[in-house]
Amino acid sequence: MVPTHYYVILSAVLFGLGVIAFIFKRNIITIFMSIELMLNAVNLAFVAFSQVWHRLDGQVFVLFVIVVAAAEAAVGLGIIIMITRNRKTLNVEDVNLLKL
Amino acid sequence: MSAPVIIFFVLAAMCVIGAISLILQRHPIHSALSLIVVMVALAGLYLLMGAEFVAAVQIIVYGGAIMVLFVFVIMLLNAGLEERTNVSKLAGFAGIPLAVALTGLLAAAVARSEDAVQAATQTGATAPNKALANLLFQDFVYPFELTSFLILVAILGAIVLAGPRSET
Repeated sequence: MVPTHYYVILSAVLFGLGVIAFIFKRNIITIFMSIELMLNAVNLAFVAFSQVWHRLDGQVFVLFVIVVAAAEAAVGLGIIIMITRNRKTLNVEDVNLLKL
Repeated sequence: MSAPVIIFFVLAAMCVIGAISLILQRHPIHSALSLIVVMVALAGLYLLMGAEFVAAVQIIVYGGAIMVLFVFVIMLLNAGLEERTNVSKLAGFAGIPLAVALTGLLAAAVARSEDAVQAATQTGATAPNKALANLLFQDFVYPFELTSFLILVAILGAIVLAGPRSET
């Protein structure tokens, strides 16, 4: 039996790596992928706590998170396609219309 | 060390290496493949925790559907190497320290609540799929129906955003 805090610490590490990727990557698709990485880290924590407390609510929440992530991926990639059509670039540094 | 702990460390190493590879790769398609490694390893971890249904959904939906969508869009947009720009000053100075601090904070909070977690830990089989199905279709049936509506809205949104231009 693996101690539960191993899972939660792994989840924290994956979330931190997702944050680092979100901050440092410049490609808009890769930034979107780092959001998926953070969602996965949260899912891992949900399942770990669901195992600890012997309640299945956490796993149901994971299913909902996966559904929302799928919807988000569909809409977000549509937005990325629109941005690329309009501005001919995938670099977020060049999409700066709202920047001060 | 017992066998589950060894399996855990192998899968956890796969996860972390995949995530680091996602950061270090310059080409988006390589980052996408690294993310697929992370997701498959996470599915293995779910199996290790006895959450079979979540593991199957993770492989099918994340590894199968969402990542294929990503790879498809990368190919559609013909994304090349990420060009190196001068990183914004705030990210350069504070990015890695803040991310490490966030990770440490989360890990410290977990380590401090370790007693409570340990007190609740029992060995034994959890998550029979029947109980999960009962929970999903009885207690959570309204959220479940709402997610189908959400998916419908997302499909319409994706069609409107990425579909053929309406010349108006």
